[in-house]
Amino acid sequence: MSLRLRLFLILVLATGLVWTSAVVWIERSTRAEVQRVLDARLAEAARMVSSLLSDRRIAMAEGGAPVAVPLQPHPDYQHQLSCQIWSLQGTLVGRSEGAPDSELTGAAEPGYSESSVGGERWRVFTVQNEALGVRVMVGDSLTVREGLVADVRDGLLVPLAVVLPLLAGLIWVSVGQGLAPLDRLAGSLRARDPSETGPLPQGEVPAEIRPVQRALDGLFARLAKAREAERDFTAFAAHELKTPLAGLRMQAQIARMAQDGAVRDRALRAIETSVDRTDRLVRQMLELAAVDRAAPTPGEVVPHRLGEEICAGLAPLAEARGVTFDMRLDHAPLALRSSPFLLQAALRNLVENAVLASPGGGVVRVWQRGAVLLVQDEGPGMPAPLRARATERFLRGPGAAGQGSGLGLAIADVAMERLGGALVLPAALPGHGQRAELHLPG
Amino acid sequence: MRILIVEDDPVLSEGLSVGLGLQGFTADPVGTLADARAALADCAFEGMVLDVMLPDGSGLDLLAELRRAGSALPVLVLTARDQLRDRVQGLDGGADDYLGKPFDLEELAARLRAILRRAEGRPTALLRWNGLDLDPARMTGRLDGRDLAFSRREFAVLHALMERPGQILSKSALEERLYGWQEEVESNAVEVHVHHLRAKLGRAFIETVRGLGYRVAAEG
Repeated sequence: MSLRLRLFLILVLATGLVWTSAVVWIERSTRAEVQRVLDARLAEAARMVSSLLSDRRIAMAEGGAPVAVPLQPHPDYQHQLSCQIWSLQGTLVGRSEGAPDSELTGAAEPGYSESSVGGERWRVFTVQNEALGVRVMVGDSLTVREGLVADVRDGLLVPLAVVLPLLAGLIWVSVGQGLAPLDRLAGSLRARDPSETGPLPQGEVPAEIRPVQRALDGLFARLAKAREAERDFTAFAAHELKTPLAGLRMQAQIARMAQDGAVRDRALRAIETSVDRTDRLVRQMLELAAVDRAAPTPGEVVPHRLGEEICAGLAPLAEARGVTFDMRLDHAPLALRSSPFLLQAALRNLVENAVLASPGGGVVRVWQRGAVLLVQDEGPGMPAPLRARATERFLRGPGAAGQGSGLGLAIADVAMERLGGALVLPAALPGHGQRAELHLPG
Repeated sequence: MRILIVEDDPVLSEGLSVGLGLQGFTADPVGTLADARAALADCAFEGMVLDVMLPDGSGLDLLAELRRAGSALPVLVLTARDQLRDRVQGLDGGADDYLGKPFDLEELAARLRAILRRAEGRPTALLRWNGLDLDPARMTGRLDGRDLAFSRREFAVLHALMERPGQILSKSALEERLYGWQEEVESNAVEVHVHHLRAKLGRAFIETVRGLGYRVAAEG
């Protein structure tokens, strides 16, 4: 249900409810008031007739013939009051014009009573005149009383029937007006290009919508950042892939054109190196993507076995560079919060980096201290400014040009983050090479 | 034609300097913006092949720096980001031409020759002087209906002299055009090349200006 319809229904129902309860309340108080005033009139009229009889101002006919009682109906209240005079023995002595022939009330006691005569309901006041031996009954029709109350009630209900639809229209329009800023916000969101990530248009914004708008602007800013990072990655990836391709093509053309055998051999060797490098780059780019979306299923890993697998995988590279491994990892399994693949990717990239950084004849050491895996090379170590940015994607150290892809530490960093741990690169001590540490949680 | 190559990828950089060498250029490779600045300050280059993404910044920044300093050095920008926006940005930033990676060696050489020619204000690819038509793309010449072939270095000397006819080029200026950094300068090399050229073109084509250097003789 739309907010507008919801507000409209609430307001119309509330207005209707207030009005209806007002009508009910006014009807009840009117009814009580009418009863009080008309009852007083009844009593007064009955006593007046009784006193007139006592004063002999009205003569009673002999033999029970009805006499006219001078209770002249008011032009506005025709036949509202009826009067009967009965002897205590039960004979009708007199009655007013239009009064019924039968007793208005069967009640023997003087005072107020209600009765039904000839299908009509009456409210009757009875006075007993002992001196004259008569009973005076004055009554008025309850139907008339109801009519009075109904008049008052209708006087309220008729305007309600006219005003309520009018009010509903006003409410509908006003709610629409009140919600206009929300509509504007929705409109500007709808009209937005998917690539647009700037803040929403400012200007007159109600206090209630401002937090929503701020939250949306925040979301857009985060989206812009993520998109920029993605664009950067794509641009870098394009550069990183197209540059070796350009090198390959160039060297292939040289090999084809060169007259000199030495030049041709050199070009062919360059092609081989470049193919190896490009292969590693593509593998690492895929690995980074895989690390980014590895399933978060907890698992277990035996560090010793993991280390052996990694060293076996990197053996050809290490052999080509004259680097050896010194691997001392535990046989006790480690529980991981996420996929064991993540730890494997992190450690493999650190060891590969260490192999690439070590000089010929160097040793890459891999060992364990509880939940920390450490890798140490015998290279020159990373200078502090480079170390601070080392996990940026495609960032290569000046010494590593032509070897690494600049993705190894980025992969290790993302993988450790996903494992709830951290990649730590302590400052290299002069002559000791660079150390990298994988800190696992717990 | 001595060219500075600014490219950080070692395989491509080496390929560029060897490949452009085969195309008759003398190419010196550097891998960073800092090295490029130092090289430009030290030596006279006739052109530059510039990569955009370098380890110490963007090649376009170096280009902007050069243009701000009033340099008209012909620059060909190499980039992997082969998108219209990047091309426009590169050309507006002062690049004379633009090539997306990967590219063809012959196309690169042709484009380089074109921007060098344009920088000299010559509309045609051929250099013409005293009846000799010199074709830099093929490193060949044609004199009086005879086709002439030149070695890479002979051609470089002749090309340097014919670019500015009548102007005297010193022996060291010619040596600088002939040799890159990695190459050992052989003494007497310029004299030997001039000697070979005179054998092909006739003695009077190249004049020796005693104590100053060489020039192509006045037309007539």
